[in-house]
Amino acid sequence: MKLLLQGFAALGLGLAIVATADAAEYPIKKPVEQDWSFEGPFGTYDIGQLQRGFKVYREVCSSCHSLDLVAFRNLEDLGYSEEQVRAIAAEYEVEDGPDEAGDMFMRTATPSDYFPAPFANPQQAAASNNGAVPPDFSLIAKARAVERGFPTFVFDIFTQYAEGGVDYIYALLTGYDEDPHGHEVPEGTYYNPYFISAASLAMAPPLSDGMVTYDDGAPETVDQYARDVSAFLMWAAEPHMVERKATGFTVMVFLLLFGGLVYLTKRKIWADVAH
Amino acid sequence: MSGGHSTYKPQSGLGRWVDARLPLPRLIYDSFVAYPVPRNLNYAYTFGGILTIMLVAQILTGVVLAMHYAANTEIAFLSVEKIMRDVNSGWLLRYLHANGASMFFVAVYIHIFRGLYYGSYKAPRELLWILGCIIYLLMMATAFMGYVLPWGQMSFWGATVITSFFTAIPLVGTWIQELLLGGFAVDNPTLNRFFSLHYLLPFMIAGVVVLHVWALHVTGQSNPTGIEVKSKTDTVRFTPYATVKDGFAMVLFLILFAYFVFYIPNFLGHADNYIEADPLKTPAHIVPEWYFLPFYAILRAITFNIGPIDSKLGGVLAMFGAIAVLFVVPWLDTSKVRSAVYRPWYKLFFWLFVVDSIFLGWLGSRPAEGVYVAMAQGATLYYFAFFVAIMPVLGLIETPRRLPNSITEAVLERNKGGAASTTQPAE
Repeated sequence: MKLLLQGFAALGLGLAIVATADAAEYPIKKPVEQDWSFEGPFGTYDIGQLQRGFKVYREVCSSCHSLDLVAFRNLEDLGYSEEQVRAIAAEYEVEDGPDEAGDMFMRTATPSDYFPAPFANPQQAAASNNGAVPPDFSLIAKARAVERGFPTFVFDIFTQYAEGGVDYIYALLTGYDEDPHGHEVPEGTYYNPYFISAASLAMAPPLSDGMVTYDDGAPETVDQYARDVSAFLMWAAEPHMVERKATGFTVMVFLLLFGGLVYLTKRKIWADVAH
Repeated sequence: MSGGHSTYKPQSGLGRWVDARLPLPRLIYDSFVAYPVPRNLNYAYTFGGILTIMLVAQILTGVVLAMHYAANTEIAFLSVEKIMRDVNSGWLLRYLHANGASMFFVAVYIHIFRGLYYGSYKAPRELLWILGCIIYLLMMATAFMGYVLPWGQMSFWGATVITSFFTAIPLVGTWIQELLLGGFAVDNPTLNRFFSLHYLLPFMIAGVVVLHVWALHVTGQSNPTGIEVKSKTDTVRFTPYATVKDGFAMVLFLILFAYFVFYIPNFLGHADNYIEADPLKTPAHIVPEWYFLPFYAILRAITFNIGPIDSKLGGVLAMFGAIAVLFVVPWLDTSKVRSAVYRPWYKLFFWLFVVDSIFLGWLGSRPAEGVYVAMAQGATLYYFAFFVAIMPVLGLIETPRRLPNSITEAVLERNKGGAASTTQPAE
């Protein structure tokens, strides 16, 4: 064990020397860690926040970003009743068919339908968005991760940091800025030091204060919108997270107790054998 | 050990009846109950059992996942998300399986390093070691193909990069690559054959594991002193002694496993694999799973031509060489003493090798440019030097510490002054 520790110490030293040589160019700024209700071993989603985030998604993001993997029925996780889910679904039209005449037709969505995409295909999406396809949002909170670097990524194991995706989304939404160096960004793009793959992105700042009305008294600010929609997207990407962590607690308690018993058994069995 | 006669005595009439026809219970009794193991095995020796558990866990979760997975490029990614969202406990199965692969490698690396530390590969255990190397190779193939199945960006581009290695082989390289891919690029035929092989290989692993355990039971287990078992006082019965110790280690390992599955299930994965594969969009950095990173670093460390071998072929040869060299370790090590416990210099170089391997892993995750290339070249040099220079030379020139006469003596020496140091011979 001592040797193992020595090994790790030597490794740490070696890595510390070279960690400064990190060559990653983007993002220009790393996302700042935010506080989330769902972080840590006992984290749960804040239902009110998810509902607000859903509202932001619906009223702002959904005009460009699809949510292909989420069905209306899933919204019951957000605290909506079956009736409410049916009512939300009824606000959408989905294509169905073919009917008896062989024609496709539009009908009102039901809870079992999935959120319809704003564009018919990627080509259309690109054509309407300055050549960049707005990514689907179903998994975005797990599909973006800014490199943490050494030694942070080692600490992340112990702090259970799994919010890199939401921190990134929040940072991006609130991070639009003037280029401090006054460089020209490419035509039709917007400078954002938090953008993961370039200095600017094709999406204009999507949020502004007061653009979405909240009915629960939460502040109607860009900061709050960004926070809420990030949380909503975390849920969309990981709908079973609360169940996962709750199960994990039971499993851990069992394993620790069981491990304790096995250890005592082991001690007893080996008590009369020098080894 | 191998020479020991069976002590199995069936108690019931049915037991005697079965024993006279198919003595399977006798085999199990002799192998996992009465089988004598050295009394001084430490927790580093529990990883064989842990690996067995992990293999079984991977097969069980994998079989159920395969019931819901669809190996078709159009729907593979969606079918995995269906598992994550709609299949009952599907998220649990998938996270168990994905993290299980990583834990499998954690365990196998500790198992291999333990073998290198205690000289477990030395005569008469060469075949045992080689069978282990074969299992490791099969594991790598299985894990690589499994990573392709979710059909994310890293799946696709990882498969593209890794299969392209084979084109470096002269004459037959392109043919091998196209055979692997089932075409000229990673596409539906690739996904189909990878799924088929991903389901097949674990059972081949299980087969080689049987041979591995068989070979182990013929030679008997090595132990931290590296001294062969000489008398009955050197050993204890497998059950209950080894079973309970292995069992405790397994629970500890499961706690680590569960920690990743339930709290940080995506820590060891890559975010890009939550983006569906897109043949037209290359990720900024293509990185393999963490357990391949040291070899990836070695591959990219060869940036120069060596005579007729260009840097690409050189890199591929170095990468495969880094694994191939393991197979000949029993003959590279010239030391008469087995265990690093009695070899002060080897112990030092061994730990340097461990650090070097982890360092290579970190380099594998860095872009292959600038100072990283030079560091990877240095680390690669030490990797190979450890096997082909240090092992053979050190064995000849190193003065080992005094060896105890037997395992029992070593144990008693260590426990000197301890109250509970009376011997307990195996039955």
